[in-house]
Amino acid sequence: MARIKEKAYEWVFTALAFSSLIFLVGIVIVLFKEGFPIFKAVKAGDFLFGRFWYPTYEPPEFGIFPLILASFWVTLGALLVCVPLGVGSALYLNEMASFRQRSVLKPMVEILASIPSVVYGFFGMMIVAPVLQDLLHIPTGLCAFSASLVLGIMATPTVCSIAEDALSYVPKSFREASFAVGANRWQTLTKVVIPAAGSGISTAIILGMSRAVGETMTVLMVAGGSAVIPKSIFDPVRPMTSAIAAEMGEAPMGSMHYHSLFAIALILFLITFAFNIAAEIISRRFRIKLGHSG
Amino acid sequence: MHNNIKMKAENVDFFYGPRQALKDINLDICEKRVTAIIGPSGCGKSTFIRLLNRMNELIPNTSLKGRILLDGEDIFGQQVDAVGIRRRVGMVFQKPNPFPKSIFENVSYGLHVNGVKDKKLIEKKVVSSLEKAALWDDIKDRLHESALKLSGGQQQRLCIARCLAVEPEVLLFDEPCASLDPISTGKIEELIMELKKYYTIVIVTHNMQQAARISDHTAFFLLGELIEMGKTQDIFTAPKDKRTEDYITGRFG
Ligand SMILES: Nc1ncnc2c1ncn2[C@@H]1O[C@H](COP(=O)(O)OP(=O)(O)O)[C@@H](O)[C@H]1O
Ligand SMILES: [Mg+2]
Repeated sequence: MARIKEKAYEWVFTALAFSSLIFLVGIVIVLFKEGFPIFKAVKAGDFLFGRFWYPTYEPPEFGIFPLILASFWVTLGALLVCVPLGVGSALYLNEMASFRQRSVLKPMVEILASIPSVVYGFFGMMIVAPVLQDLLHIPTGLCAFSASLVLGIMATPTVCSIAEDALSYVPKSFREASFAVGANRWQTLTKVVIPAAGSGISTAIILGMSRAVGETMTVLMVAGGSAVIPKSIFDPVRPMTSAIAAEMGEAPMGSMHYHSLFAIALILFLITFAFNIAAEIISRRFRIKLGHSG
Repeated sequence: MHNNIKMKAENVDFFYGPRQALKDINLDICEKRVTAIIGPSGCGKSTFIRLLNRMNELIPNTSLKGRILLDGEDIFGQQVDAVGIRRRVGMVFQKPNPFPKSIFENVSYGLHVNGVKDKKLIEKKVVSSLEKAALWDDIKDRLHESALKLSGGQQQRLCIARCLAVEPEVLLFDEPCASLDPISTGKIEELIMELKKYYTIVIVTHNMQQAARISDHTAFFLLGELIEMGKTQDIFTAPKDKRTEDYITGRFG
């Protein structure tokens, strides 16, 4: 009887473990199946690098280059915000904050990381964009720059939290060894602690990046939504995620527009998948480097 | 044989927060001798040895009373820089703690942080430190491999070499063999005997045979107090205090 029970548990857990794999495979199959037909109508090269996204014109044009560029610029901008802020605050938390400060700040950072993106989007729309518009006298504050700023702020807690974990995994003994040969705090930080946590910090940055690339709601609300190749960082843009979210409702099912949105989703999926794989490889290397197994 | 006093503890009390870990310690450490500190777990051996190179001040919320002298000068004095003290008083820890860098980088680290730029000089000192730590022959062909590939005993000797590179005057060892096998332990002991020609050495050990084999002087700590200190031979053959006798004959601890 006990044996049967044990077997049953084993089966249940195996099935659960495999179900997530099945979902993943299912998603990939759907993306391929629904996305692929667009390449019968448009060449892959024209799709990726076409300069015009007029999916509802007659005849339509399906060039997603403006959308890719928008995603790229907004993500790059977000990185310029979240990397210094996130890594800097992680260093502060880990190296300088007193025990009490850390025990208050770390949970706060984790709460910040879990605020829904619509809240950040709202903040961007109601505060960042108007202020920017007034300050710089530009036609609209809803643009690539605001989206970068808001996305960057949004990704900061994620980067900070993971980077702080990486720093705190650096064994105390490394620091002691460094101090014991007459290194000061700054040298210990830059020559021992940061290199030892380096791949963990890179993982944090990649995951922050993958959060920024995949983010939908915020960019939909803040980026301005214009699907043309941006000339400046203050132009409104339409990143890939916004295009999918904004247009899926109006694209007739089975139309080329519909298939093209799936193809965009497929590309987006491949990009974030690559980011996550990279993060995994780097963090695994990190564990080996610190002498932990696995 | 004359014994110059290299370091001296005067009326040292030490506290972790409100908890007193050391009580009125008075102790002399002789130049170019091995001083062993023995005593049961938790009696304050590590706390004491970590005061000698000011490592304890990295722990928040600690306080010290009394003085610790190096060549007659208070190492906690107003003008004294902890970094400079740690350069003169090196430390080897219980668990080997090489950096996740190459063997060469591990040994040259102390030179880099102390501002040595001359590549030739760095190379020379790395080699001589590895030789002094009796590691050179083991690893001379793989200087640029990761230090983490070495065995535990080799890692510990690498940590010794890392200390030696900055040419300290005093070497502190906190149970350096605690995580090593008997053969590696033997090698470290041999090395310490050799090093005492050039350095003043303080070693914390759990292992009384080890203290008896390698030290000139022995201090016995119990519950944060220094119970007895003297020539190793005297401590082990004719202890004055009953508690010392109980400890070395294995009645507790
Ligand atoms: N970082 C610390 N914070 C608070 N108490 C400590 C700390 N390190 C050691 N102690 C306490 O101080 C006492 C002496 O510890 P230690 O010097 O490590 O003893 P030993 O090395 O002889 O085993 C112990 O009671 C220990 O619990
Ligand atoms: Mg100890």
